[in-house]
Amino acid sequence: MQKTGSEIFIESLKKENVEIMFGIPGGQILPIFDAIYDSGIKFILTRHEQGAAHMADGYARSTGKVGVCVATSGPGAANLVTGLATAYMDSIPIVAFTGQVPTHLIGNDAFQEADTTGITRPVTKHNFLVKDVKDLAETIQQAFYIASSGRPGPVLIDIPADVQRASTEFAWKEKVEIRSYKPTFKGHPFQIKKLADAINTAERPVLYVGGGVIISNASAELLELAEKSGIPVTTTLMAMGAFPPDNELNLGMLGMHGMYWANHAMQNADLIIAVGSRFDDRCTGRLSGFAPKAKIIAHVDIDPTSISKNVVAHIPLVGDAKSILTELVKQVNKKKHSEWLKQINQWKKEKPFGYKDDSKLRPQFVIEKITELTGGDAIVTTEVGQHQMWAAQFYKAKHPRYFISSGGLGTMGYGFPAAIGAKFGNPKKIVIDISGDGSFQMNVQELATAVINKVNIIVCILNNAHLGMVRQWQEMFYKHRYSAVELFTHSEKPVPDFVKLAQAYGAEGYRATKKDQVIATLEKALKVKDKPVILDFIVEQEENVLPMVPAGAALHEIITGLA
Amino acid sequence: MKHTLSALVENKSGVLARISTLFAARGYNIDSLTVGETEDPSVSRMTITVRGDSKILEQIEKQLNKLVDIIKVFEYSETKHIERDMALIKVQANKTNRSEILQIVDIFRADIIDVCHETLMVEITGDEEKIQALIDMLKPFGIKEMVRTGIVAMARG
Repeated sequence: MQKTGSEIFIESLKKENVEIMFGIPGGQILPIFDAIYDSGIKFILTRHEQGAAHMADGYARSTGKVGVCVATSGPGAANLVTGLATAYMDSIPIVAFTGQVPTHLIGNDAFQEADTTGITRPVTKHNFLVKDVKDLAETIQQAFYIASSGRPGPVLIDIPADVQRASTEFAWKEKVEIRSYKPTFKGHPFQIKKLADAINTAERPVLYVGGGVIISNASAELLELAEKSGIPVTTTLMAMGAFPPDNELNLGMLGMHGMYWANHAMQNADLIIAVGSRFDDRCTGRLSGFAPKAKIIAHVDIDPTSISKNVVAHIPLVGDAKSILTELVKQVNKKKHSEWLKQINQWKKEKPFGYKDDSKLRPQFVIEKITELTGGDAIVTTEVGQHQMWAAQFYKAKHPRYFISSGGLGTMGYGFPAAIGAKFGNPKKIVIDISGDGSFQMNVQELATAVINKVNIIVCILNNAHLGMVRQWQEMFYKHRYSAVELFTHSEKPVPDFVKLAQAYGAEGYRATKKDQVIATLEKALKVKDKPVILDFIVEQEENVLPMVPAGAALHEIITGLA
Repeated sequence: MKHTLSALVENKSGVLARISTLFAARGYNIDSLTVGETEDPSVSRMTITVRGDSKILEQIEKQLNKLVDIIKVFEYSETKHIERDMALIKVQANKTNRSEILQIVDIFRADIIDVCHETLMVEITGDEEKIQALIDMLKPFGIKEMVRTGIVAMARG
């Protein structure tokens, strides 16, 4: 039976089990929106395309499924870029559809024309311009396969308006075959054996795990390996929740704002086993001073380009973390490293982690209480900045996919739309965006989307009246010269009034200015069930994120001390 | 060090842009790049020469392999292979030195493909060294214009 491009779009999405899309219509994607009208697939109209991309991203991270967003040509497509780049850096499967001017107008500088595939090429895993309706179904099928397999990532499909209208026979293949794309899933048995031997003979091993463990759903295997071979685990920002927070082998986060003992464990380990992590500069500190005592660095990753890119791997192991860890568990000996753990505990005692527990309302306290009240059973998203690091340090996510943050690109304005996307994917779970007053204003328009769709999420703004992380750097490294970081000055009334802003949109808004109001405010927010809640916590303005490894310093050259 | 990479790629629009975007974004320098159809019209072969140490080369190879439209990448430094480059060289010539130029061209087994009162156009095919040697010989006469195809390479056997 003949179908139009728009109908093929809907049919293909149904074949891919898409249940929800996020986006905004426009001139060159009208035929597709006409098909969406009675398609039965849920469509969430956002207030900005960036919001749509982040919602698809939050949906994808929290569910493990592919997120879908739709935008029109030109400005619509261009507005997706930050969202795509965010997903690309963190390896998140998204398929983005954009309208394009009709094929005969491409290149003519037509109204709302942009070279969308050109603009998005460096920020997508792959992209397509479909010039013939006969290629549409296969392209969509390939896009979902590419987005979700290997090292996942965003894929964009640009569809000219005439292709949306043209008709052809709908054909769907049983299996996707792309001759130029064959991701490796199974690790090489010889290399696995080599790593198992290294684990069995190591005296001071550390597992350094990243987001890859979450993407490959390998948390159970990781726990099994760590416990059987007695190896302590440090996680990157992307891997919070991949390992139980209360496990004695969990060292917490490493790196720039990581735990003192986690960094020291890295610097003193004789074996580092990187799994689904990529030796990012925020984790390694100065490369020339990184892990000087490591005799062997092993790197498990599905993306060969990540291996030996920053740090040379003695045992490279390309493949899916889950399958490799499963094999490793079989081959490693039962072991305890009591001396090594004793040493790590010594570091813990030497420089305990915490913050100043006085009568002031400090941001860390708010996050600690979120952990206490939810038991780590809430999905937490974050924006980017100080609050993000405090969230990583003080929120104890109990499960994988419960800590969602823009790690690679560091996109302010990510957390709020991501929380909306996560809530659509997990309607029964508590979803909290830990936010800053700077970041929240970057996608605040999505309050409308959240209110209209009765999205019950909580936004906790840790309001310090500043672009806090930049302020901290200016304080520490630029002699307190606060340049363009004040969001409003002390004497003025706060701009905006977040409580009134929430009310203006029809959301709930509560404020806490004192420490003893925090728990009651959070409890009140958790009772709301049918709308978003904005919490404005007026916190200490000059609180710093510590510990900190200054840029250009080695991991052990870490500044500690209570904030 | 100079390396020659050969990539079999899908013969689709946008593939060249993907590769040049990759090189630009990662800060790799391309010395030369040639593209053309292979025995299979749906596949093109790109020959890319790049400079860098073995670490950079390894990254380039992996990054190329990662691109969805690239079918296979070969690196030729460890493999017996043939490299060829072609150059067209327009050299200044007059009555008095024309025969001298012709002699040089002859020794290099290059061809004269155009003759005018004041210039000669020379076509030479060979590896880089041979072409460079001819250029060096012709320089004193005055090279007015030159164009090169860039290296193409194929493994032996």
